[in-house]
Amino acid sequence: MDPLIRLEDVGRTYRLGAARVAALRNVSLRIGHGEFVAILGASGSGKSTLMNLLGCLDRPTVGRYLLEGIDVSKLHHDALADIRNQRIGFVFQNFNLLPRTSALRNVEMPMLYAATPIRARARRRRAAEALALVGLDSRSDHHANQLSGGEHQRVAIARSIVNNPSLLLADEPTGNLDSRTSAEIMSLFHSLNQRGITIVMVTHEPDIARYAQRNVFMRDGAILKDTPVLERLDSHAELRRWRTAEAAESTLAQTA
Amino acid sequence: MTLPNATGLALHALGQNKLRSTLTALGIIIGVGSLIALLAIGHGARAQVAARVASLGENVIQVTAGSLGRSAVKLGLGTSLGLSVADAEAIRNEIPAVAAVSPEVKVKSQVVSGNRNWSPDIYGDSTDYFAIRRWAPSAGQIFTEQDERASAKVAVIGQQVVEELFAEDEDPVGQILRIRNVPFTVIGVLAPKGASASGSDQDDSIIVPYTTAMKQLVKKETGLRRIYIQAASLEAVPIVEEKIVRLLRQRHGLEDDGEDDFKVRSQLEIAQSATATARTMTLLLFLIASVSLIVGGIGIMNIMLVSVTERTREIGVRLALGAHRRDILRQFLIEAVLLSALGGFIGVATGAGGAKLLTALAEWPTLISPDAVLVAFVFSALVGIFFGFYPARKASRLDPIEALRYE
Repeated sequence: MDPLIRLEDVGRTYRLGAARVAALRNVSLRIGHGEFVAILGASGSGKSTLMNLLGCLDRPTVGRYLLEGIDVSKLHHDALADIRNQRIGFVFQNFNLLPRTSALRNVEMPMLYAATPIRARARRRRAAEALALVGLDSRSDHHANQLSGGEHQRVAIARSIVNNPSLLLADEPTGNLDSRTSAEIMSLFHSLNQRGITIVMVTHEPDIARYAQRNVFMRDGAILKDTPVLERLDSHAELRRWRTAEAAESTLAQTA
Repeated sequence: MTLPNATGLALHALGQNKLRSTLTALGIIIGVGSLIALLAIGHGARAQVAARVASLGENVIQVTAGSLGRSAVKLGLGTSLGLSVADAEAIRNEIPAVAAVSPEVKVKSQVVSGNRNWSPDIYGDSTDYFAIRRWAPSAGQIFTEQDERASAKVAVIGQQVVEELFAEDEDPVGQILRIRNVPFTVIGVLAPKGASASGSDQDDSIIVPYTTAMKQLVKKETGLRRIYIQAASLEAVPIVEEKIVRLLRQRHGLEDDGEDDFKVRSQLEIAQSATATARTMTLLLFLIASVSLIVGGIGIMNIMLVSVTERTREIGVRLALGAHRRDILRQFLIEAVLLSALGGFIGVATGAGGAKLLTALAEWPTLISPDAVLVAFVFSALVGIFFGFYPARKASRLDPIEALRYE
């Protein structure tokens, strides 16, 4: 069976005036179905460029990229849009929800762009299911600006999975969140991963990367090392620890 | 994306910026409103002119005398005295396809009835005049051919004359009028006809047999003011016109290279010259209104460009989540068209209301034609498409990576 992601000697160069800048050089990478991979690196290491390529938002200058066996390196932008819509879910650092729009409508959005139109009733049902999966079924009528940061990201995750993608790409998903909410999001990722969704996450925080199974380190547009995580953090256990601590705190506050 | 979904998105986006959407649509509302109102004024004026021309009669040709002095100087002795009764007779007898002829003289004089007096237009015409002008009496009757031959002192009077010379409860028929001290018996009152193509009040006139007018009022051999001719059919009008010219030139002994000492005009030509002015005015009003509509369109373009810039991130997200370029194009184009079409709709209503108000307050004749409404509505939608296309295209051409990074 083909791996989910197969990069073969991929390079990406940008033109900056007369100069050519190589953002990625000779990157080969395989990610199998069901993996949870974190891509780490400093800014300028090429991890964002890699992410854009993996998300079919960009095309490699050289080399091949096969997603589920399909060579997407030379596809037309409309075909790439369909692949993003059907096979890839995106989670961003700044959530990128539509303001003044309800959580439900935000989650419905990718279904509007499905190649075969989905009826309004089915869209609402599936969006509600996705919101239930991230634990926000009670807040589906709330507008984005009435939600907390963690809830924002959970709506965004519901949106990313509503079309049942095989790949979930997360770009610094916890970059704007505190560590307790980060644990929540990681726990959610963990659950989704257990349900079979492959997750590739870009981060510069080593702590967050320890929730993944495998860490890919980037430097100067190339892969520096690619290692499995030995002491993997259990996000569910982390979350439980936070909750116990909070419970103890509130009991303490009550007795005092 | 399906069209209903795209329309839904566009409505949602417009609803999020209600004030801005309203102000942007206002440009179109004013444009379309003025377009509708000004076209209504133009069309109203045209309809009024057309009604006046129609009041002339049917298939009517007028022959008017040229300047007598000028032609006498030019052509010397023995030339025409303008138009004569004999000319009219010749036209009646020698040109086929002539249905009726009325020679006309005009007299200006004070008219006295009892202790009142008034100075209407006094015309001497033949009995055919009433048939040619399609002008029937509302009371009494018109004079006959016999009255004509006998130079009977009878008069048919217009509505305005009745009002000026007789009391409300008085029956004018049978009463005596004095024109230049000659007593005339009123035998009929004409139905109201309103203004003529040249704008004069046709109801302010008295019609007497031309024979009587010449013998009793003018008292000397004079040229006719004009000859009314009715052609047998609309198709015959140009032929009859041509034959009249040839006949009169021959009768007046004009040289081949000499100018006509008379003027022949058909109703059609009168209508054309009268409506030409009204049409020029309508065109001018249309241009003014179009300019304001285009200004409104530029307003839409401006706001759409601002909107595209503001929503760069949203566009990036949509593209990332699978929107095709044409989906984005369509979404923004629909927004622009909705703005302008909505503005057009309200504009049609306000324009029509404004025109009605003008009619009510200033008594200007206005006419709101369905054509004008359709043109205005389609025009406003086209303005939306035209001025919305560039911003929409700009939005659809955004690079999703750049757009997502936009702060």
